[in-house]
Order: sequence, then C-alpha cells, then structure tokens
Amino acid sequence: MTGFVKRNAWVIGLFALFAALVVLTRTIQPDYGAAGFGSLVQAVLPFAFAVAAQTVVVIAGGIDLSIASMMALTSVTAAVLMDGQTESFAILVVPMVLLLGVLLGAINGALIVISRVPDIVVTLAMLFVWQGTALLVLETPGGAAAEWLKSLLVGTVAIPGVPTAITDWIPRALVVLLVCLAVVFVPLYRSRLGLSIYAIGSNNLAAFRSGVSVGWTRIAAYAIGGLFAAMGGLVLTLSTGIGAPIPGPYLLASVAAVVLGGVALTGGTGGIVGPIVAVFILRLVRSDLTFLAVDPNVTTIVEGAIMVVVVMLGALLALRRRAT
Amino acid sequence: MRWARPDRRAPDFHSLDPRAAPPPVTDSDPLLLDASGVVKNYGAVTALRNASLSVRRGEVHALMGANGAGKSTLVKILTGAIRPTAGHILIRGKESNVHSPAEARRAGLVSVYQEPALIPDLDVADNLRLTQTPVEPFRAWVKELGVDALDLREPARNIPLAVLRVLDLARALAAEPDLLLLDEMTAALPANLAERVLEVVRNQTRSGRSVIFISHRMLEISALCDRATVLRDGATVGVVDMAPGAEEQIVELMLGEKTGRAERRRATRTGEETVVDSGATPRLSARNLRVGTKLRDVSFDLLPGEVLGLVALEGQGQDELFGVLSGSIRPSGGSVAVDGRTARFGHPADAIAEGVVFVPGNRVEALCMQRSVRENIALPFSARIPTWGPIRRRMENGRIDDAIDRLQIDTRAQAEVQRLSGGNQQKVTIARWIATGARAVLCFDPTRGIDVGTKREIYRLLRELAARGTSVLLYTSELDEVHLACDRAVVIFNGRVVDTLSAAEADEPTLVRAAYGLTGTAARPAPDAPAANADPVGPPA
Repeated sequence: MTGFVKRNAWVIGLFALFAALVVLTRTIQPDYGAAGFGSLVQAVLPFAFAVAAQTVVVIAGGIDLSIASMMALTSVTAAVLMDGQTESFAILVVPMVLLLGVLLGAINGALIVISRVPDIVVTLAMLFVWQGTALLVLETPGGAAAEWLKSLLVGTVAIPGVPTAITDWIPRALVVLLVCLAVVFVPLYRSRLGLSIYAIGSNNLAAFRSGVSVGWTRIAAYAIGGLFAAMGGLVLTLSTGIGAPIPGPYLLASVAAVVLGGVALTGGTGGIVGPIVAVFILRLVRSDLTFLAVDPNVTTIVEGAIMVVVVMLGALLALRRRAT
Repeated sequence: MRWARPDRRAPDFHSLDPRAAPPPVTDSDPLLLDASGVVKNYGAVTALRNASLSVRRGEVHALMGANGAGKSTLVKILTGAIRPTAGHILIRGKESNVHSPAEARRAGLVSVYQEPALIPDLDVADNLRLTQTPVEPFRAWVKELGVDALDLREPARNIPLAVLRVLDLARALAAEPDLLLLDEMTAALPANLAERVLEVVRNQTRSGRSVIFISHRMLEISALCDRATVLRDGATVGVVDMAPGAEEQIVELMLGEKTGRAERRRATRTGEETVVDSGATPRLSARNLRVGTKLRDVSFDLLPGEVLGLVALEGQGQDELFGVLSGSIRPSGGSVAVDGRTARFGHPADAIAEGVVFVPGNRVEALCMQRSVRENIALPFSARIPTWGPIRRRMENGRIDDAIDRLQIDTRAQAEVQRLSGGNQQKVTIARWIATGARAVLCFDPTRGIDVGTKREIYRLLRELAARGTSVLLYTSELDEVHLACDRAVVIFNGRVVDTLSAAEADEPTLVRAAYGLTGTAARPAPDAPAANADPVGPPA
C-alpha cells in the first residue's frame, strides 16, 4: 500500500489539488454543482484527447507539435463525410476518421525515423502540412454531424437503481473519455509494445541493445498519438455540429498538461492519469478566474504561474526524497 | 595561487628531487618542467597520491602507466585544466601560475589531446583564428607532416580523423611551444603519417624544445623517447633512461609487486572448474573480422562452457569487435558463426535470437534508469514486432523471479533502477540475459567501477554460467583478474589478435607485455631481472 502511494505520489497530489480547487470553486460560486461539472467535462474533452495524444509521444521520448492540426484535419474530414448522409452512415465515418488519425500519426513517426530529423522539426513542418490539408478539405467552417453521435456527449448517464443525485454527477462526456482512454491504454500497459515505448523514451541505446525495434516502436507511438488526435477531432465536430479547419489552442495546452501531469519531457516516465487530471485542473482554474471576473489576460499569467510553481515544487520534493 | 606544500613529515617519496626548496631562478636551468609531490583528491577519492615529472630541455619524455594510474589527471594539472590539491610545479625554475589551458599556452606549454580538438562546424581557417594561430607556419607544418592538399575553407567535420590529428599537431607546432604534450598522438594514424609525426617530434628537440609523449605503443616509445616516467596507482614509481631492455623495466615498474601477488591469487581461484572440450563446435566463432581501420583482422573461437578473456589496451578495436558480435555494427569484412552456422546480425535482436547477448560496461547504456528492475529484465522479451502483443505475466514473472533470485539482486529499491547501487545495476544487466536463456554472453568490462564484493560475485556468476554450458566472452581492463575468471585469454593489439594464452599463463605481467605488443619482439625475461639503469623512486612499502 505504501509502495502504491509512493509510486503514484504525483498523481495523488494532483487529485488532491483538483479536490481543493473544486472546494474553492464552491466557495466562489455557491451554486456550482452537477451542471457546472458537466460543462467542465464538455470543455475539457477535446483538450483531454490532445493531452492523451501528447502523453504517448512524450513517453516515447518525442514531441508532437502537429496535434492541433491533426485534430482540425480529422474534424473537418468527419464533418464533410457526415454532411448530407444518413444517420446510420455515421457508424462508418467513425472508424474511417480514427484510421485517418492513425495514418497521420504514422506518417509523422515514419518521417522522423527515416529522415533522422529531430521530432520537433518534423512535427513543426507537419503542423503546417496538416493545417493546409484541413483547409483543402473544408475552406470555411461547415459540414454536419449525426444527431445520435452528438447526443453521446451531452447529458448524464442514467443507471437504473441509482438516484439521479449521483448520476447527475456522471456526464456522458466523462464516460466517453474514460472508455476511449481505457480501450487504448489498458492493453498498451499490458503489452510489450507499451514496455518498448517506455524503453525507447527512457534510453534509446539500451532499448536498441536489448533488441527492441526502436524505429517501429517510435512509429507506433506516433500512430497511437494520431489515433487520440482523431478522437479529439471527432469530439470537436460532435460538440459543435460542424467542422472547423483552423486548429484550436490544443497544442500548448497539451504540453502544459503533460508537464504538470508528471511526464518528463525527456521521456520514459509517467502515465496517462496524471496528465488527464492536470488538464482538468488547468481548465477549472480558468473557469474559476472567469467566475471571479479576472481580466482574461491575467488568466494566462496565473495558469503559467501555477505550472511553474507546481513543477518546481515537484522537483524540490523529488530532490529531498533522493537526499534521504 | 598557492598550493599547499606537501607535508614534509610524510615519507619522502621524491628522493628524485633532492632539492628541499625551490631552486634559484636561472635561465640555464636544465629542467624545463619540474613537477613534484603532486596530489589530487576528488572528495574522498585520490587520483594522484604523489606524482612527479621532470622534463629536461631538448628531450622527448614518455609518460607511462596502466589505465587508471593517473596519467590523464597529471596531464590535466600540467595544462591548467584542473588544480592540484597539493604539490609544486616549476616551469623554467619558476613556480607555475597556470590556471587554464590558455595560460598554459602563453607559458609555452601546448598540448594535443587524444580527441580531435577542432570545432566540427567551423572551417579550418576559423579554427585557427579561434586559437590565434598564424596561418603560414601552420601551412608549413601541415606540409612537413605529410599532408599535401588542405583546403582551409573545409569544415572540420568533413576532414578524415587521421588528417584532423595532423592538423591538431600542426596547430600546436605553429604556436612554437617550448614544451609540447602529445596524448596518444599516433593512435589514429596510418603508418606513413605516424612515421612523419615521429620524425617531426624528434626534430623538435634539436632546437632545445621538449616533448612529453604519451602512447600505448611501446615500440614508438623506445624508438623516440629519451627517458620515461612511470606512474602507478597515482604515484611516480620510477624514471627510466631509454636503452635496450628498458621496455621490460617499464613494464615491471607499471606492474609493481604484482608478480608475486598473482601467484598467491591463483590458489584462491574458485573451485568451479569446467572441462572445456576443445574439439567441440565453437559456440561463437569470428573469422577475419574487420571494421574500418580500428578492427583489422580478428579470428577466434568461443567454445561451449568456456569463459574466454579478451585483453586489450584502450582503443585496440575491442569496442568494434563487441559491436559486431552483438549486432550493433556491421563488419566491413569477415564472418561470424554460431554453433558452426554462419550468422548475419543486422540488429541486436538478430543476435539475441541466436542467444548471443551483450552486457556493456557502462550501465547507463544498458538500462532504462527510470524504469523498474522487472521492466528492465523483461525488456529483451519484447524484441521485435511479432512480440508486441500481450505480456504473458505468469510465464514472464517466473523467469524474472528466477533471475533475480539467482543473482541475489537487492530489490528493496526496485521501482527505479537508478536508485540501485552500481553493483546491483550491473547484476540487472546480466539478469535480463539469464532470464532470456542466453547461450553466449559478451561482457564488456562488467566490473568497472563496482566494489570488490560485487566484483567477486559477478566473476562467480560468470563461472557458474560457464559451468551450465553458457559461453562467456569477457573483456576486462583488470588484467590481474583474468586468470581468476577465464579459461583462456586472447590478446588484441592494434586491431589484431597477437596472442592466445591459457589461464595458467595469463598472469598480469605476461598479459601486459602482450597488450603492449611486446610479445615476439622482446623475449620474456626472468621475473627477477635486475633493474640496471632504472632510477626507482622508492615505491611505498
């Protein structure tokens, strides 16, 4: 038990920080309740997928600057494919768009592996490529989304026999998020591919010498990142009902949440839970500041300050633990 | 800067230097450089205990010593890169005031280090400007050293290594140093360039300039140098006038009293003798392996159930050899066979699939430091794409537990390998291969920098592996331990196998002679040969 707490100290700390923030929100805004939480989850959803995408890539020792562009491209593709089609056709669109995401990510990874150009350069270039492609697919915001898919993200889950006072606190969007994350991450943690991803991020040379196919593993990590970006793109289309070709503010937010979530940018450490909690924290701070009617420009300063302070605090604690 | 004087009450090791006080300043002082009683401590670690070195005007002076004897520390102190804890350094009879390589240069002391010093992204002309080296003398020296066509606008990274070394030397010579310090200058040079370099170095002394020459090639030393200072365990143990037979004296001095100790240790060898059938099909055999200019022609057989020692000075091609055998480097010639079948390794996974596995000496290159012990042991299981699937926990856990048990790895801090002690980390690198069932283990200096107890355990483990039929190729820089752990030893010099010895023959003196390329050129003398013209500086009792 103590071993579990020790290993996951960072994530537990983040949960505690989040709980403290919820309490703080209640004092600022006494009527903040299930509805507020529901809209928070709605707002977090695309960010959370961007964070999941970035997490996999960063653990593998890379970084993907093209995540927001991939989300835009998959979003408009989904909107165009569903435009003017029947409701049931959408069931084909979802796997197609997810596959597109895997393909985009795999292209990123393959370019890095083959060209040996640093990740940050290749994905910066691909940021522009995917953004341009998104504009080719759909020049102005438009398209459509199937109603049944849209309804997946709104409202709460009704569980028979459970009072609505509790189910009100379980928005559908949260369930969608957790299911999507679990479907990818649980098998990944239990597979050798997952171990290989951690290994190449931790020590490329050691992984190579242990016989790991470093190149293929890197491509796979980027492909999984692309898959999550596609989920993010789909969520964007479903929550707005249209596709927008201009990338949203997801890239820097994803890097911020990854850092705050305890994943070292040098790779090889951390997990998915930390960054997801971190993205909730960052969004909640933002809405709290809005409730307080703080100047939006100050809001970004506060967000940055929180990141620096928390990460510094973490480094300090890690140092002290090592000293003892 | 004032260095603390060496404690005068301490046993006086520098009988070499009878003067108790620094001598009066005279320009006619025959000693250009006179360092005495130099001590360097890094915290609790002592790199130099009592080093001295004196260089006369117009001589080529060799600085000798086994790996770890303190040569490079002394060189760094002389060139001002680090400061000594205690000791006197006199340049032209005056207390030296050198605190940086730039000041050393101004004092007339210029060094050429083992690694090329030109900045790769700048062209040659800009590199010269950086050190304010005049161009014309530089050009003249480059020509003199046997490199004819040189474009000064060529970026240094495009220039071959051998030429770079020549440029380093030419740049040093163009500064007209009184004292030139050459560290392994000829190691990367082809024979014709090396010859020119030696000639130029010899000519330097005609004009009263001096050279400190560091080399692993004993033949060069005896051909070029006037005297040699020998370091052992951080102290100067003797100064030898180079004369016929002086090589043997140098070797004796480098070894100290270890000749007798080896005899005693042989009796303590672990009981696990393996019967090696020399007629069996070799587990791993190398035939005429070549890699670039480093590994020239190496053939040997590693028999089943044998621990084969590989002995070499630094940079004799052993890194390349291990790279080829473990699948990280492709050879430029020759072949490798496993159990008699020719094998081609394009990736370490190919070698691992054949049961040929690599334990690097630098644990940082082998382990994912932030990951757990179990993950590190399990890593090779996930080698190639077909095995990316689910982990079969039960099977895997059994093998991991078994390996951890057999190696008695301390698992209290197993969540992150980086929190383990060095010895336990090294055990993890070996444990992973035990868990995968390796048949030939390639160990590259596995006992470097770990404590004596763990060292013994690792040797015991290697013997145990051999007893169960696994073959072990063991490169070690600790020559006195070869006969403890190995059944046979192969000596590599300059990219070639120069000697193969049985465990009984492989005592340290024999290995050192072979490793310095002395076998065949000089007869092995009786162990108690008189040190005729040696000038021993009383080794500490």
